[in-house]
Amino acid sequence: MKAGFNLRQALSVSATFLGFLVLWQLVCLFFDIPAYLLPTPTDILGRMIQDSDVLLRHSGVTLFEILAGFGLSVLFGIPAAVIIVYSRYFSQSVFPLLIGLQCVPMISIAPLLITWLGFGMVTKVMIAFLISFFPIIVSSVVGLKAMEKEMLMLATSLRASRLQVFLHFRLPKALPSIFGGFKVGITLAVVGAVVAEFVSSDRGLGYLQLVANSKLDITMQFCVIVMLGAIGLALYNIVGLIEKIALPWYRAARGGE
Amino acid sequence: MSAQPIVIREVEKTFQTRGGAVQALAKVDLNIEPLSFVSVVGPSGCGKSTLMNLLAGLDTPTDGTILIGGKPMKGPQEGNAVVFQKDLLLEWRTVLANVLLPFELQNITWLDRKNRMTNKQMAEEMLQMVGLEGFGDKYPFELSGGMRQRVSICRALIQQPSLLMMDEPFGALDALTREQMMYDLLKIYKKYKCTVVFITHSIEEAVFLSDRVLVMSPRPGSVVRDLPIELERPRGMNTRMDARFLEYVREIRGVFQSQGVLAEV
Repeated sequence: MKAGFNLRQALSVSATFLGFLVLWQLVCLFFDIPAYLLPTPTDILGRMIQDSDVLLRHSGVTLFEILAGFGLSVLFGIPAAVIIVYSRYFSQSVFPLLIGLQCVPMISIAPLLITWLGFGMVTKVMIAFLISFFPIIVSSVVGLKAMEKEMLMLATSLRASRLQVFLHFRLPKALPSIFGGFKVGITLAVVGAVVAEFVSSDRGLGYLQLVANSKLDITMQFCVIVMLGAIGLALYNIVGLIEKIALPWYRAARGGE
Repeated sequence: MSAQPIVIREVEKTFQTRGGAVQALAKVDLNIEPLSFVSVVGPSGCGKSTLMNLLAGLDTPTDGTILIGGKPMKGPQEGNAVVFQKDLLLEWRTVLANVLLPFELQNITWLDRKNRMTNKQMAEEMLQMVGLEGFGDKYPFELSGGMRQRVSICRALIQQPSLLMMDEPFGALDALTREQMMYDLLKIYKKYKCTVVFITHSIEEAVFLSDRVLVMSPRPGSVVRDLPIELERPRGMNTRMDARFLEYVREIRGVFQSQGVLAEV
């Protein structure tokens, strides 16, 4: 029943998307819009096939930056959240600072990072890391603090050790929130990597788009946007899929979403 | 572990709050016979939960001592199990895994395959007894409130407690489910003989289930009436119509009236 509904919904979404593309195509043809202003979907598709090797090569670079940046923020974000939750000093003094720091647009420190780390890959990974780090650490802290007082009483009455309280109670309770952070983080990591490439680079999708822009190559710019959209969508859905597999009790609890 | 006598001697509890010290329990002196079913009934905020937390070792008295089997207790004891008002099931564990949680936390069966099988069998038998046969693989969200609380009772019983403490365990359930849970609890009590301390604010529930009802005064709580219930077991639906049952209920109501907890307009 639920699977049937999902299939119907997927069909509906696809049909709407296709309809939008057809409309776009027709508008371009009907009003005779020149390709240097707005290319048609078929133009874009043709160009993507024609230049697929270039697009894929640059996509690979950007994808690596995104995954490395996101991976680092998971690697540091969760342990940092654990420290914040268990240490009074960190939760009262360091965490508010981190929240405040979050309000500084990470992109604005890109030029500084270039000065310190150079023009290479490391700078892009760092920016993707910094921008996706905050949602992950904040939602992990929120999740790890979500354990009710009564639950702790139950754990105490079962004579659970501190480690057991963490592993059996606190951490599983936090997982839905942590995954929420992952979903925001992975989306922001894409933004971080591309913007970092805008600032300075000699490869990657952001670089490709800047070059295409300077040549007034609108079609290529659309190709880059399509690739970025595909990467963002794919990564987001991969995180969602892992969440569904890892937390069967949670997906089901919110009604098989 | 066999049931031990429990002695509560001059126990007091005062909480320090922002608005100053609040005395939750005034001097409480009690002896609880092994294997007896004792209910504590009182108005909200009278310190009955505090009393249970002290008994469960979840809190320490400000003054006085609690002796279990003659030994002063420190922290949660082996052989004590608690059922709370909320079922507190772990949403990420199946029903069976929830029931087996106490074993897992004590690492009793971590490497021992044979033990693990017998524990699993024990858990399944328990679920069967409370009418949850075949629900072992379900997640808690798939269960109703009454079923969830039954699972949490199984989780307490699997520890084979000598003292089972229940803090308003049926408080969150609807009236009919509540009544059924009482019959089920009596069945459980008959099968798994242990001392039961049952906290409730329902006079009928207390009288129906117990060998002895302790009536508490409003805060600071103290035991104002210690009433043995001499209704023969097994008790059932007819017990609730028995004239003596109604007399006990009337008597406890009288205590609450004299305490100013209940008043007619």
